[in-house]
Amino acid sequence: MPKATFQIWRGDARGGGFQEYSTETSEGMVVLDAVHQIQAEHAPDLAVRWNCKAGKCGSCSAEINGVPRLMCMTRMNQLPVDKPITVEPMRAFPALRDLVSDVSWNFEVKKRIKAFKPRPPDAPDGTWRIQQADIDRVQEFRKCIECYLCQDVCHVLREHLLHEKFVGPRFLVHIAALEMHPLDTEDRVEEMAQAGGVGYCNITKCCTNVCPESIKITDNAIIPLKERAVDRLYDPIAKLLRVLRAK
Amino acid sequence: MSEYQTNEYDVVVVGAGGAGLRAAIEASADGVSVGLVCKSLLGKAHTVMAEGGIAAALATTDDRDDWKVHFTDTLRGGQYLNHWRMAELHAKEAPACVRELEGWGALFDRTKDGRILQRNFGGHRYPRLAHVGDRTGLEMIRTLQDHGVHQGIAVHMECTVVHLLRDAGRVVGAFGYDRNTGRFRVFRAKAVVLATGGIGRAYKITSNSWEYTGDGHSLAYHAGAELMDMEFVQFHPTGMVWPPGVRGILVTESVRGEGGVLRNSLGERFMFKDIPELYQKQTAATEEEGWRYTQGDRDARRPPELLTRDHVARCIVRETKEGRGTPHGGVWLDIAWIKEKLSNAAEHIQRKLPSMYHQFKQLADIDITKQPMEVGPTTHYVMGGVRVDPDTQMSTVPGLFAAGECAAGLHGANRLGGNSLSDLLVFGKRAGHFAATFAKEHALGAGGDDGIAEAARASLRPFDESGPNAENPYAIQADLQDMMQANVGIVRIAGEMERALDGLAKLRARAARTHVRGHREYNPGWHTALDLEHLLTVSEAVARAAIQRRESRGAHFRDDHPAKGDAYAKVNFIVRKGKDGAMEVSSAPVPEMPAEHKQIVKEMA
Repeated sequence: MPKATFQIWRGDARGGGFQEYSTETSEGMVVLDAVHQIQAEHAPDLAVRWNCKAGKCGSCSAEINGVPRLMCMTRMNQLPVDKPITVEPMRAFPALRDLVSDVSWNFEVKKRIKAFKPRPPDAPDGTWRIQQADIDRVQEFRKCIECYLCQDVCHVLREHLLHEKFVGPRFLVHIAALEMHPLDTEDRVEEMAQAGGVGYCNITKCCTNVCPESIKITDNAIIPLKERAVDRLYDPIAKLLRVLRAK
Repeated sequence: MSEYQTNEYDVVVVGAGGAGLRAAIEASADGVSVGLVCKSLLGKAHTVMAEGGIAAALATTDDRDDWKVHFTDTLRGGQYLNHWRMAELHAKEAPACVRELEGWGALFDRTKDGRILQRNFGGHRYPRLAHVGDRTGLEMIRTLQDHGVHQGIAVHMECTVVHLLRDAGRVVGAFGYDRNTGRFRVFRAKAVVLATGGIGRAYKITSNSWEYTGDGHSLAYHAGAELMDMEFVQFHPTGMVWPPGVRGILVTESVRGEGGVLRNSLGERFMFKDIPELYQKQTAATEEEGWRYTQGDRDARRPPELLTRDHVARCIVRETKEGRGTPHGGVWLDIAWIKEKLSNAAEHIQRKLPSMYHQFKQLADIDITKQPMEVGPTTHYVMGGVRVDPDTQMSTVPGLFAAGECAAGLHGANRLGGNSLSDLLVFGKRAGHFAATFAKEHALGAGGDDGIAEAARASLRPFDESGPNAENPYAIQADLQDMMQANVGIVRIAGEMERALDGLAKLRARAARTHVRGHREYNPGWHTALDLEHLLTVSEAVARAAIQRRESRGAHFRDDHPAKGDAYAKVNFIVRKGKDGAMEVSSAPVPEMPAEHKQIVKEMA
């Protein structure tokens, strides 16, 4: 197998730049293997976040040749090895060190979203009855591995830096999963429209394209949420009815 | 010790997988303050990798199931070295724990009448695993995480504990470092719960991530607690073997639960050739009967592919050693064949095993709906761990608790698939509750400062090391993994294990000379160097206990003692740190079951 050359971003919050490394490739190798090999051979302090190495934990998110991807699921044979492969941290978040970015904002956002609140159990055995057909969609959302690649690619966050006003695709999927959960009784429509900023999404589907779990983020989660927000907050007839009822 | 950032909690939980999260939630619900310290980001722990399901006798899919059957299955799988009381609590409390998860938002796959669907798994008599496709662990950890973040638990992510603080014979806190800053942290606590998972990184071929370096085992050992059953390391029969980069990644047992079969290079269903006495009556006589079992026929018995993991792993090793393996040294696992039985087989496989479908497609260019998978054993789980009280999960050191994989007792000589996720819930909850109770009865301890100073000095040493004898921590870790794989692996022999002990002593000497480059901020070379102490400790514990058990039982197979030995049938091996600092192994009788439990075992047989 040929040698591959990498341009890996090294640096921290103060700044940094690309450094070149080359390493042997082997059959079936993924980018994370190559990064580990470089770490063991040339750069023991090269910072990289990873855990499962099987696309299930969502830790090793990075930008490979400019595209947000999981390093553990990106095969070397999918990349042109005749020129250097660039690997850099997710750019929509502050740099911590090398390939590791500071994703703590995401954890703060999730905490602010109202928790799941089930209706009381209503089956005779003290549990619930739920039909599979009623949860297929929510199960799709719950496949999310929280890799935050959708957050990274979203231009509302990445270019417009609207972190204060927009929760990003990941948390719209999270809200959708809660809102469409057959047992949930909480109402998050207003907070989602106001603090969540669902209106900022202009459905370019960039998030859907990078989702390693193939969740149809835009079509199945965000658009239905936008519809709920519109129905609730901007439907003129509903608004009129509300005004009349209030009287 | 004002020079380090110090936090005080009633209870500190180390590790945020299923057991740690569940413990933290319970302690918090009991009204005490809780700090949760974890090596990675929240929600990334190894629980996320669990695929097949949570074993609990809910009896939604087969109403013949109840706690007694689950209890008996667990003991049989563990070859009766389990602590009967833990097996009882586990079987009785698991169903409520699963329903509790549903109340926190988990969405399991459903039966036709809308209840939780359960699937077949190795060693379980009835379909017993509540599941979500083959991503049950993700569902579980996300549910616990999303519930947990609203309970007022203080979470310290990417923070690694390297030392436990002791004062007057009890554990009073923990000392560690932040990955991001490299700065030391002190956690003062009235009680500490270890929930650090396993030791898989002691082996070359493993399904475990970098985190699983036996931290909890080692921290407890050095704090004076006893470890137990360390010779029992589970090698999961089906890991990926090709391509090299993915070697060891898990292929869920659900593939076999859904009808997947194992074949050697001659095309034989070799599992039919060797069915252990203990399971003769429960195993299908024909391939046809085995298929009917996987499709829910209540009169059929399970196919031999669903025998316990230890046995299946050894059969695979035998096939490959005797020259009937696949090109890359494994055997074939075939689920595609079910197209002979089901008209919509491809769609069915993708629905039931979505992660496996994608894993093989993306990493190996294999379409599992059309082609067989190449699989072989991979280090997966350690049955051994901190010796705990079965009810409270407190170790032999007051104030120190352990739950989940880093605790011992529930699984005995071999763990059944699906019993791990339920273990995390049942005993995570118990550890959290009893740690909170302990915290209410005790004040914060003040001592442990000497230990802090020493741990800080030892932790920083690799930055000062230099000269021609300086060692690369990655190289030492790789050498340790190679050696454990070769000498204390699936098939063991006294001479090789003695050599492993010599090898570990040499590695320990090298580990004292590790050198790391750069500074303390997010420096994986440094982290690897610090993890070595834990890896060396647990590797030695595994080797020493394995040398003592001169028989073959469960996951422990001795080529020089291939049969079960009566002298070992009712004995657990205990590992502790001796007065002189050397590791000691002794034996203790397996706790005797009360007569009524013996009666249950008898009836179920």
